[in-house]
Amino acid sequence: MEKITFDQLQEELYYESLENGLDVYILPKKGFNKTYATFTTKYGSIDNHFLPPGKGEFVKVPDGIAHFLEHKLFEKEDGDVFQQFSKQGASANAFTSFTRTAYLFSSTSNVELNLETLIDFVQDPYFTEKTVEKEKGIIGQEITMYDDNPDWRLYFGLIENMYKNHPVKIDIAGTIESISHITKDMLYECYETFYHPSNMLLFIVGPVNPDQIMSQVRNNQSKKNYKELPEIKRQFEEEPAEAAEKKKVLEMNVQTSKCLVGIKSSNANQSGKEMLKNELSLNVLLDILFGKSSEHYSSLYNAGLIDDTFSFDYTQEEGFGFAMVGGDTNDPDRLAETLKKMLLDAREKGAISQETLDRTKKKKIGAFLRAVNSPEYIANQFTRYAFNEMDLFDVVPTLESITLEDVENAAGNLISEERFTVCQVVPKK
Amino acid sequence: MAVISESVKAMNGYKLHVVKTEKYKTNTLVWKMKAPLEKDTVTLRSLLPHVLQSSSSSYPATGKLRSYLDELYGATLFVDLAKKGEYHVITISVEIANEQFLSDPTPLLKKAFQFLSEILTKPNVQGGAFDQDTVEKEKRTLKQRIQSVYDDKMRYSNFRLVQEMCKDEPYALHVNGEKEDVDKITPDSLYEYYQQAMAQDELDLYVIGDVDEADAESYAGELLSFEERTPQTAPASAGRAKESVNEVREEQDVKQGKLNIGYRTNVVYGDPDYYALQVFNGIFGGFSHSKLFLNVREKASLAYYVASRLESHKGLMMVMSGIDNSNYDQAVNIIKEQLEAMKNGDFTEQEMEQTKAVIKNQLLETVDTARGIVEVLYHNVVSGKEITLQTWMDEMDKVTKEEIAETAKKVSLDTVYFLTGKEAGK
Repeated sequence: MEKITFDQLQEELYYESLENGLDVYILPKKGFNKTYATFTTKYGSIDNHFLPPGKGEFVKVPDGIAHFLEHKLFEKEDGDVFQQFSKQGASANAFTSFTRTAYLFSSTSNVELNLETLIDFVQDPYFTEKTVEKEKGIIGQEITMYDDNPDWRLYFGLIENMYKNHPVKIDIAGTIESISHITKDMLYECYETFYHPSNMLLFIVGPVNPDQIMSQVRNNQSKKNYKELPEIKRQFEEEPAEAAEKKKVLEMNVQTSKCLVGIKSSNANQSGKEMLKNELSLNVLLDILFGKSSEHYSSLYNAGLIDDTFSFDYTQEEGFGFAMVGGDTNDPDRLAETLKKMLLDAREKGAISQETLDRTKKKKIGAFLRAVNSPEYIANQFTRYAFNEMDLFDVVPTLESITLEDVENAAGNLISEERFTVCQVVPKK
Repeated sequence: MAVISESVKAMNGYKLHVVKTEKYKTNTLVWKMKAPLEKDTVTLRSLLPHVLQSSSSSYPATGKLRSYLDELYGATLFVDLAKKGEYHVITISVEIANEQFLSDPTPLLKKAFQFLSEILTKPNVQGGAFDQDTVEKEKRTLKQRIQSVYDDKMRYSNFRLVQEMCKDEPYALHVNGEKEDVDKITPDSLYEYYQQAMAQDELDLYVIGDVDEADAESYAGELLSFEERTPQTAPASAGRAKESVNEVREEQDVKQGKLNIGYRTNVVYGDPDYYALQVFNGIFGGFSHSKLFLNVREKASLAYYVASRLESHKGLMMVMSGIDNSNYDQAVNIIKEQLEAMKNGDFTEQEMEQTKAVIKNQLLETVDTARGIVEVLYHNVVSGKEITLQTWMDEMDKVTKEEIAETAKKVSLDTVYFLTGKEAGK
């Protein structure tokens, strides 16, 4: 077991890569009641075209299957795992993103028992035709719920606009039609491909003894037989650089319009330090442009074009990335035009002052300290960073190293007329 | 071991609560202002904290004010409004990095106190009125905030249930106020209300973090001082005893029906059977092992979400679920059957123990966050009781099956609200 210390943050992280390839991290947090653990596989909604182990041909699976599998893993022959966790005083949950499926529990007692339950249930799939059919009703309601949610429709509408081929444009839950094709055999095939320990990461944060926890995990894994897994082969179609659609307007049952402006990233194949620097530079850029202390924010707010739902974000994973800015507005077209102009102007060198950059970096460092108060944040983000070969604890030093030139370069690379797109939700006529 | 220990001091016009803990890398100040929830003031109160946080006398423009916060290592300033029983509570919080984790030794905690004091006591005022531009901008945003409840159907149906259920009670008022009252507010009337609130509201300041208690007390004493007052109490309104269940059906262009059911629990925070009520709610619908989740979702596949939650200071329990429009009768029947089962004591010792363990877990997790600590402690301010978290957990442990069934019998169905899609009406 390796121990990594972060002096400035006064944290210690313990790490071991087990024989079967599983990466285990433990971050002791004294004074906390809660232990939070996530068991995550690098398998999300975009992984829909892959080579199953031992097969000669790529398969394409129905939209929404990673999320469906997440739901089904909780059900076992003798009942559902939620029950078992709550008997042990824990609360359990799971989520599926574009690139990951995470299973988690949090509890303030019986930590070792709960950890055993977490690892074992994820490593013991049980799917039957009958339970697969039953789940279609529940997930059908989940999909319908999102269909009525204007913010979700706006968000996915914008991503759909950006991508022509990449599966990031597919709603994580799929559609009622697409999930109707899911069978238990398909679930097993996805499971066998992506749930091998070497494609997974276990993170435990809380008032725990790292030696004890690590030896528990080692023992648990040594009892299970895993054959070595060949490298996972995923297939993605070629994706053009420009946004697939320039604009989309959705009419919904709302009273206030919504508008998001998006920019598709040009640097989708980064990883590691390069990716960390790029994404932090872009986060700093967006904060300088649109944060509450910015001139743009004041002028948009004063003009009545935005309210306090206004937000901005930059997302990047292997193979795709995008920035988005916007919120509720009374004038979606004017907001889109104004935001676009503000972004295009920001490409000019010299548009940002050193003073603003320094202030924004301070702000981001404070925000990081606030974020690491949260065990959930640490576990989830650490995993995301690790899957992209980055280190969460490099955030502060990397932020400190960012220069005006870095921000200008990031802006220059990202912002381009052809990669812009707009999505709006407007009241039905 | 005390789970959380709070030291409370009476200051000039308010109480200072200090919770010292080494858990966090930041320090948090939470300012609470409480007054009875009333139609005449609800909109003024909703607007006030947003005007206060947008500018002040030293930082007359939002951009300036926010730049100053960025300078302080991205200190956050955040305002919020809540209904706690028949009270309307304003929360203003400032969170700031603890300098021991920075290479820069600037004493940030004192700066956070100074900033909070600036926001609360030195607003952007000229000639006895708030700055007109600020007020107009915030009025516009408030109207949009009120209106936004219509666009999120989950929030909307929850709001509509309360509105129908608590007709003629203050609790029916929306936490963000009434849209038609926004335009009536002027910079003068808001300033007048600000003075009234500062003179009459019940005020509490919580300080959470790795702070020196004496420092906190001296900063607070030096920077925040108000007139003494006797806070107003809201008249207890038990709510009308309805002769029959109120059924409301509303049609809109939505795909998923929203079923929201309101019950009167006739038990509030601090009552002897409050602990039994908590366990009852947990077995009934509070968790993913609860009867509602198992029977509506897992067995009948009718819903993705179905849960019940308590409004502890008002004595309400609300069930919410998203279902297919055509499954209304089936879902309502299953939910009613589960309540009957609770009244008949039709649940196992094991379900009870499991629920207690999960609630305890939830409480302990809540106090792992600064905001959670304040929420738990503030229950006592709202109710005028003094219940420690330890007492809460001990009392809950003692609750018996019989007590839960007895408490379930006090729970009465009041209103069933259904937001249904248009096709179902045809």
